[in-house]
Amino acid sequence: MTARTPSASEVIALLQVSGLHVSYGKIEAVSGVDMTVGEGKIVTVIGPNGAGKTTLLSALMGLLPARGTVRFDGEDTAGTSIKSRIDRGLALVPETRALFSTMTVENNLELGAFRFRARPARERAAAMEEMFALFPRLKERRAQLAGTLSGGERQMLALARALMGRPRLLMLDEPSLGLAPLIVRDVFRIIADLRNRGVSILLVEQNARAALKVADYAYVLELGRVAAEGPAAELAHDPRVIAAYLGINSKHQERLAI
Amino acid sequence: MNAQIALLLGQDGFINGAIYALLALSILLVFSVTRILLIPLGEFVSYAALTMASMQAGKPVMLGAMLVALCLIGLLMDARDALRAGRRLRFRASKLLMPAYVAAVTGLSVTLPLEHIGMAFQGALTVALVVPLGPLLYRVLFLPIASANGLVLLIVAIAAHVALTSAGLLIFGPEGSRTEPFSDATFTIGDAIINSQTLWVIALSFILIALLYAFFEKNLYGKALRATAVDRLGAQLVGISPALAGKASFALAAFISGLSGVLIAPITTIYFDSGFVISLKGFVGAIIGGLASYPVAAAGAVALGLVEAFSTFYASSYKEVIVFTLLLPVLLWRSVAQKGVKDEQ
Repeated sequence: MTARTPSASEVIALLQVSGLHVSYGKIEAVSGVDMTVGEGKIVTVIGPNGAGKTTLLSALMGLLPARGTVRFDGEDTAGTSIKSRIDRGLALVPETRALFSTMTVENNLELGAFRFRARPARERAAAMEEMFALFPRLKERRAQLAGTLSGGERQMLALARALMGRPRLLMLDEPSLGLAPLIVRDVFRIIADLRNRGVSILLVEQNARAALKVADYAYVLELGRVAAEGPAAELAHDPRVIAAYLGINSKHQERLAI
Repeated sequence: MNAQIALLLGQDGFINGAIYALLALSILLVFSVTRILLIPLGEFVSYAALTMASMQAGKPVMLGAMLVALCLIGLLMDARDALRAGRRLRFRASKLLMPAYVAAVTGLSVTLPLEHIGMAFQGALTVALVVPLGPLLYRVLFLPIASANGLVLLIVAIAAHVALTSAGLLIFGPEGSRTEPFSDATFTIGDAIINSQTLWVIALSFILIALLYAFFEKNLYGKALRATAVDRLGAQLVGISPALAGKASFALAAFISGLSGVLIAPITTIYFDSGFVISLKGFVGAIIGGLASYPVAAAGAVALGLVEAFSTFYASSYKEVIVFTLLLPVLLWRSVAQKGVKDEQ
């Protein structure tokens, strides 16, 4: 996708996770996960329900306590608050989208840039216009309440709100969940587009075929452990992955991918 | 009852209703942002009224001592939290804001000749003294248990109310007091005599409500508070700190109720424990609004004030009974109108 193809040594690890454990009480949902997200890369985490994908993202964001080391841009994030992670450039779009449903689209976007509150308001306005260029539908709906948007529009708004904070690593939890097939295709197109703008993406998806198509590297998470990993294109041809997640009859997923 | 009495009662009702409306709005604000039912809100009202009264009576103002004590406890808790997390004690200028403010208002309240500084300044200083009580209480009592379930928060709120009432007895003594009216002027329109105090209360309430509206609609921080109320996770994910939102909502509530205390002080004799019943009526207003709708809560609170005023005429000894019984049909209607049970998150 990018014109420049950096060699392996050039790639800087933006996010480096090693030995990550997350527990709910005595039940361990993520046990000993190691993963790396390179600068400007799309990395996907696929796996069945209950594999710990959402838990993993929550822990990386600081929403859940975790053991192990998480280095973001070389710095250890241990013990830091959600707010400080956001200030360093992490962003999460959760599965629920967590929009401000009784507020307008514009207000949602404006609050997305809350971390730049000390900067002049016209910078926020400019960023909002940029988002409207990226998501023209949101511009049409700018005065509408977020709760009245359709599923696809809500996902666009959640993405745009996260982008208003100018993240360096955007974590997306099931961005295609509950969306009509054509909208899913739009969402993946936007994800590919974002990478070209220099945003690194950690993508958690159930739609494995589409995710593998768009990603550079992939991890398969099963029962809280990394069961397989590798370049996405290779993993897409791995017989085990095909059997478990892609299947013979799921060609339609690919058609929807890009 | 003739028209003149009805008008007098109506005035009374509107004054009380306006105050209840302000308190209902504070309760709603704090509840939606933090899930805490702010029972000690009434203490802010009585503290403000009694502080204003001691200023006018030339008695020393003791509220500063309480602020200093709470502030010190807060600082100790900050230090303990930092040590527990294994962080170094870092010096940050923003940490000094509250101690500096507390020191400044306490200093003013101790050194100024409060009797002679004029009513406007007395009122302003009173509100300035009450406002930090909000964020300090949040820091000391509620921040450590911010993620606890609603019942725990409610119990702590009740405990805070009991503690603050007792502290009020200690600081202000058992006597009730009343302050001088803002002005003695009265207006006569036809048969009706309108007290200027009525106009003061109603005008200031309207201005405050308009300001709050503008704050929540136009200001980025106001929007951030609303956002926290709408979706706590979403607010955290855009970098709005829940602790800061909690402190801000408590500060706003303390400001509104402090001002209410100053407004109500010339009308009613306030004792150290009078605040509770006043804030309870604010609660009734907030519940009429379903703990969600600001305009309905405000309208409900004004209606409550009117009912209360007229019931003093018809059955004065049953005044409180009538007012709180009003809650029953509202609750009944709400539970019938709301289909199914909404989960508290």
